[in-house]
Amino acid sequence: MDSSEAAPLVDLRGIVKRFPGVVANDHISLSVLPGEVHALLGENGAGKTTLMNVLYGLYQPEEGEIFYRGRAVRLASPRDAIRLGIGMVHQHFMLVPPLTVAENVVLGTPACGRVILDVARARRSIADLGDRYGLTVNPDASVWQLSVGEQQRVEIIKALFRGAEVLILDEPTSVLTPQEVEGLAQVLRRMAEEGKAVIFISHKLREVMAVSHRVTVLRGGRVVSTLATSETSEAKLAALMVGRELVTGARRQPHPVGAKALNVQGLQALGDQGLLALKGVSLWVNEGEIVGLAGVSGNGQRELAEVVCGLRKAMAGHVWIGGDEVSRASPAERIRAGLAYVPEERKRIGSIADFSIAENVILETHQSTFSRWGLLDQRAIDAHVSEILRDYDVRTPGSHNLARTLSGGNLQKLILGRELSRHPRMLVAAQPTRGLDVGATEYVHERLLAAREQGTGVLLISEDLDEVMSLADRILVIYEGKIVGEMASAEADVATLGLLMGGARA
Amino acid sequence: MSVLGLRLEKRPSPSPALRALAPVATAVLALAASGVLIRAAGGDPFEAMAAIGVGAFGNLQNFGETMVKAAALILVGLGMIVAFRTQVANIGGEGQIIMGAIAGTWLGLTLIDVHPAVLFALVILISFAAGAFWGAIAGWLKARLQLNEVIVTIMLNYLAIYTLNWLVRGPMRAPGLAGGFPQSEALAQAAWWPRLAGTRMHVGVLLALALAILVTVFLTKTPWGYRLRAVGANAQAARYGGILVGRTILLAMVISGGLAGIAGAGEIYGLHHRLLDGISSGYGYTGIVVALLGKLNPYATVLAGIFFAALAVGMEAMQRSLGTPFALIASIQGLVVLMMLLADVLVEYRIRKA
Amino acid sequence: MDWSQFLEEAFLVSLLAGALRLSTPIILAGLGEVYAERSGVLNLGVEGVMLMGAFASFWGTTVTGSAWLGLLIGMLAGAAMGALMAFFTVTLKVDQVISGMGIYLLGGGMSSFLYRIAYGVRMLPPSIEGLSGLTIPVLSDLPIIGPVLFQHDALVYIALILVPVLGFILSRTTLGLKIRAVGENPEAADTLGINVDATRYLCVILGGVLGALGGAYISIAHLKIFADNMTVGRGFIAVAIVYFGKWRPFMTFVGALVFGSAYALQLWIQASGAPIPHQLLLMLPYALTIVILAVVARQARGPAALTRPFRRGEG
Repeated sequence: MDSSEAAPLVDLRGIVKRFPGVVANDHISLSVLPGEVHALLGENGAGKTTLMNVLYGLYQPEEGEIFYRGRAVRLASPRDAIRLGIGMVHQHFMLVPPLTVAENVVLGTPACGRVILDVARARRSIADLGDRYGLTVNPDASVWQLSVGEQQRVEIIKALFRGAEVLILDEPTSVLTPQEVEGLAQVLRRMAEEGKAVIFISHKLREVMAVSHRVTVLRGGRVVSTLATSETSEAKLAALMVGRELVTGARRQPHPVGAKALNVQGLQALGDQGLLALKGVSLWVNEGEIVGLAGVSGNGQRELAEVVCGLRKAMAGHVWIGGDEVSRASPAERIRAGLAYVPEERKRIGSIADFSIAENVILETHQSTFSRWGLLDQRAIDAHVSEILRDYDVRTPGSHNLARTLSGGNLQKLILGRELSRHPRMLVAAQPTRGLDVGATEYVHERLLAAREQGTGVLLISEDLDEVMSLADRILVIYEGKIVGEMASAEADVATLGLLMGGARA
Repeated sequence: MSVLGLRLEKRPSPSPALRALAPVATAVLALAASGVLIRAAGGDPFEAMAAIGVGAFGNLQNFGETMVKAAALILVGLGMIVAFRTQVANIGGEGQIIMGAIAGTWLGLTLIDVHPAVLFALVILISFAAGAFWGAIAGWLKARLQLNEVIVTIMLNYLAIYTLNWLVRGPMRAPGLAGGFPQSEALAQAAWWPRLAGTRMHVGVLLALALAILVTVFLTKTPWGYRLRAVGANAQAARYGGILVGRTILLAMVISGGLAGIAGAGEIYGLHHRLLDGISSGYGYTGIVVALLGKLNPYATVLAGIFFAALAVGMEAMQRSLGTPFALIASIQGLVVLMMLLADVLVEYRIRKA
Repeated sequence: MDWSQFLEEAFLVSLLAGALRLSTPIILAGLGEVYAERSGVLNLGVEGVMLMGAFASFWGTTVTGSAWLGLLIGMLAGAAMGALMAFFTVTLKVDQVISGMGIYLLGGGMSSFLYRIAYGVRMLPPSIEGLSGLTIPVLSDLPIIGPVLFQHDALVYIALILVPVLGFILSRTTLGLKIRAVGENPEAADTLGINVDATRYLCVILGGVLGALGGAYISIAHLKIFADNMTVGRGFIAVAIVYFGKWRPFMTFVGALVFGSAYALQLWIQASGAPIPHQLLLMLPYALTIVILAVVARQARGPAALTRPFRRGEG
């Protein structure tokens, strides 16, 4: 297909989308041609999903214009987008599980029938689309019975049934097995051959190289580059995706390490979708060392942290904290064994928004440390809370204010203070600086290093390569539920890490 | 996306004054609504209000009547506070009251030669235990099997009602009683809870007030109370922090049921002195309304309990003296609930045209 | 105690017919609750709705002299109660359990109150002709089945017909599809252009109408009087049988029959002086509900969005 002569099907010009505190899309221009598979590549937070939500009418941009088939359009809601012929398959499927495939496809369309439900047309369409694109699925199966890959096919059929000429897919392969990925690639190719335009969002280099005709790399809300896939390579894309000036790890002093604070062997666990999220993960962290676990969100990090901390059951494998096996222990027991956890979601899981700041500080220790004769020792609590607020620079008018009044940075400092003040043997920190400003980020880093100096083992799970490279003594990379790389920090470089994070062989 | 052409718009900063005012406004609106209904019934609202006021507080006797009702409502309401603050909807107050009443009566009829003070203590314990057991069934089913506690507690209510029904007509029926009323033997007078100030007010009133303080201390100053509130506020975070959520839910139902059980004992030992049908008289449901009006705060619930009791007693008196129809009470309760919900929404949101 | 009398045809016939009669209010209320819950709204106030329906239709009958007009008025009252519940749970998006309690208390109280205003306090309560029996010719002459099934009030037949009709609507019509979608995944339904709020309003109001019909049956067809709280918890049972029946109209119907049969059986036991405490039989359906719930707990989750208010842009 000679793309240089075809007029773009979709043309985004100068799109600006702001959210409180951040510019998610900063004057982005992107054009998509009919008959091409166009990949949108970037790390988490680069602005890919936001941009596509703008195209699909879920968000309205502050500035910029959208052109469809050469005409300027305003998309006030997904209904407008669907009417034009733009369809989207989200990361979280918009299906109704107890209904059948045909019912899901036909829901909300006139083809439903005025009164009596008529799934005949849907069935015919499904069969037809199955033949044309290889999207085979049983129209009478209930959606909850389908595999995730099949459910995705239903979502694609839904869009095609409504006449989509442009199909957007958000991280479509993150929930698929390798065979299903190949199947999807074929579907997308066939759609492109028929003149449709496919945009897919991904962070996976290999797939981008395999399926797309062109790729646009986003970073920090801006377009870094748009290239023809045939003219680039995984390594180049990785560099574009991730590349920035490195903050050197000058702060980190070499440090003698102690015994194993955390030892994990052969962990297998299911994710929320019922697929295997951890496929045999083994790693260890010594006392006094920071091990960085690099990887793009969604490759098993969250599940790993949850299994280590006792919030998710593992199907196989063992966990030791210090010398104690805790594979079957409750969260409380692991806390007693010396484990501390700073979770990814500080508002939803790491703290209780409607409790006061003081009450949040004693979450894990209210019984063990601050109870006397069946009553909470208010004086000891107050003293401890003041200490933490002071030591960890938590800015708040008073410790009796509710936790929800704290800014993100202060909340994170509070959580960190709470966990570290127990002098844990092992600390798991998941995406600890996500969403924090520079000052708070610096502070968290200093604290993690200080903990390391005090002999705490730290597992730093982060998708921020700068962070990992400057703080960690050893770096591991996780991809699709497995550890795919390990190296001493001194030997690590951005390019290699980027490749590993994208699933390529280094 | 709106049916009535209305939508809710969040207020940027709801004022705390407004929030505190909401229950008071609700109570005032409830009185106003009573006035409207009384007028509809052909009575004079102001006369009626006066009659209600006098009926509830006019003299010591009436005040005693009000406080007696209030005691039961407060006890049940306190139990509801414990449950609802843990995010467990205990609709089973009726059944828990009944079980407490049954257990208490049985003990009193069995232990004849026991010092009244000792009996008092034992009755409190056993009625608490019986109500706690009844509540624990639902609590355990929720903790272990995630069964909806609303349905289970309602089913348990009827199981308790029919059990009582059977007991007072069968095994616990007073022998050879004239008129064949279904009721148990009367408790020995020595066992009756002492009355205060020559009214019908019994020791249970003091107990209710004391428990209000105890429940407050329990919730705010003990580790168990901390855990209950944590689970109610954010069960996931509580779990992350090492709290055993299932056990906490069970504890909430145990305490909630137990307090209702004590209310049941109070109705027997303080008022009726024998087991009868209908001993719970809807307190199980009214207690929920009282706790909600009191915004799940023990001290405010005491006031709410007195308010409802006054309304009930006053309306009965009004009906007697003015001959106007009664059966207003349940309607007012329903209106209070709905108006309170509306007030809560208005504190947080403005209602706008869509 | 002559046990052989239980096997006599007359006994069986009257028992089964009685069971059907006693099940009818629960069938109607249960069907209405199925629709409300399938759309995502738990209405605990069914008891109050039934009582309002009982009163309104009774009053309507005495005022208009026609039981059918009375029924209509009862249905209107039910629709009003349903609309009130919908306003609170769908438009104001408040807690459904608490609003349900409010509706229950309001309905119970207002029905008694309005009754007293309408009729004053009399020695003899007014009595009405009510809905008379509709004997279906020919079919009612069939042995056993005849008297059991075909000699009832019109409302019984309506209830029986509604079971398959409402089941069909839910599973085979476009409207039913929308209702199911709204109750399972309102966000998805919303993105597909379905009006979630309107669908829920419809279902809750329908629940109100059917609940009122259930109450109306008790007052104008069965007992032909009105008394305070005459539904004796049947509204709550209706909610329970929806869980029991896994939110399906037919299984809910079966659950209602179980309760109705228990009622019929215990009435008989009471009258016959058998040594079994009749309360035991009355307790059976409630205990059974708990057991069934415990057994199917893992499998029957109910509509995923049940009790969750829908706000666009959240979640």
